[in-house]
Amino acid sequence: MQAAMPLWEVFIRSRNGLAHKHVGSLHAADATLALQAARDLYTRRGEGQSIWVVPSAAITASDPAEKDMMFEPTASKIYRHPTFYEVPDDVGHM
Amino acid sequence: MYTQALNQAGNDSQAGNDPRSLEDAAEAARFQARVDAEERIEPNDWMPEAYRRTLTRQISQHAHSEIVGMLPEGNWITRAPSLRRKAALLAKVQDECGHGLYLYAAAETLGTSREELVDQLLSGKAKYSSIFNYPTLTWADMGAIGWLVDGAAIMNQIPLCRCSYGPYARAMIRVCKEESFHQRQGYEIMLTLARGSAEQKAMAQDALNRWWWPCLMMFGPPDTASQHGDQSTRWKIKRFSNDELRQKFVDATVPQAHFLDLTLPDSDLAFDEESGHWRFGAIDWEEFRQVLAGNGPCNRDRLAARRNAHEDGAWVREAALAYAAKQNKPAQAAE
Repeated sequence: MQAAMPLWEVFIRSRNGLAHKHVGSLHAADATLALQAARDLYTRRGEGQSIWVVPSAAITASDPAEKDMMFEPTASKIYRHPTFYEVPDDVGHM
Repeated sequence: MYTQALNQAGNDSQAGNDPRSLEDAAEAARFQARVDAEERIEPNDWMPEAYRRTLTRQISQHAHSEIVGMLPEGNWITRAPSLRRKAALLAKVQDECGHGLYLYAAAETLGTSREELVDQLLSGKAKYSSIFNYPTLTWADMGAIGWLVDGAAIMNQIPLCRCSYGPYARAMIRVCKEESFHQRQGYEIMLTLARGSAEQKAMAQDALNRWWWPCLMMFGPPDTASQHGDQSTRWKIKRFSNDELRQKFVDATVPQAHFLDLTLPDSDLAFDEESGHWRFGAIDWEEFRQVLAGNGPCNRDRLAARRNAHEDGAWVREAALAYAAKQNKPAQAAE
């Protein structure tokens, strides 16, 4: 078996004004080849205006096992939403 | 897709434990509850080892099928009858390659490396779809493959877009979006031949005769004999049984064949008014078994072609890696 090819994550911006979105991953020896492979693999039908490739090893991810601890507190803070506050109808749209 | 290695640091505290010892009943029950609630399972989530094994096998076989599937059609690219047909066939074969790569990436998220997966194909250890071990003898075979083989594949793949494993489901959504062009271009080839000269129509009929039964076998053994059905259904990897999908395919395809004014090679084929289904004759499962066992008409050719391509490309991969290593080396004391 041969040496492992590095893994890259591919992000594509579909139109001007939208953010780059993760579309998948691929193997390539370096950034130049990764960019060319991403173009062939993920934009065969005009899906993109711009591509980012990022070495997968450079990504730090949250641990799914700590999901509750990470995200639960936001659910209890309903005062962060505009509907928490009462404004009389007479005031009109705010 | 995601990398398997992302959360290695978090798992180190459990190093030394046999991973199977973690498969206690509580974890398994939680997992099944998530599946039942139609939640998607992601690469770093806990999953039963058997789920991981089943999916690795299924997704990698699927990827191998896409890659080997380039060979029968690649055979006709240089001999396509017009530039329009040639461009379409080239694009289709390129799509199959892309589909193979999406699927390998999904399989890798379960913890098996690309090199290992490719090695399993080239060593003959892994299986791929039986259909690609049949030869493409005439141009009409390009029509029959697009119409029937891709038609059967779409029937199989649409329910997989809702598979419980997130990376596989997402890859299938992409694949299905791209695949409908494949079936339509195949049907267009068949229609052109069927409405052409008597000789062209005979060529289309001959292709249909040769591909029809192998296509019905693509859905796998009958439900009474399938090894993987029940557990895969519980895990929501499989949404319909082999026989259900096969029947759907026959019901959809028979009227399309009639529109072409071609005859399906099955004297038992008859419409059942009561159920609204087309009933078809007995499938030769011994032929299916033989093709899977490596004794189909093209098994040896297909693997030999893949091995040659892999070996012939080795120097390119080595050179690219060597160049990357050289570029990455910190500028050494310029002498």
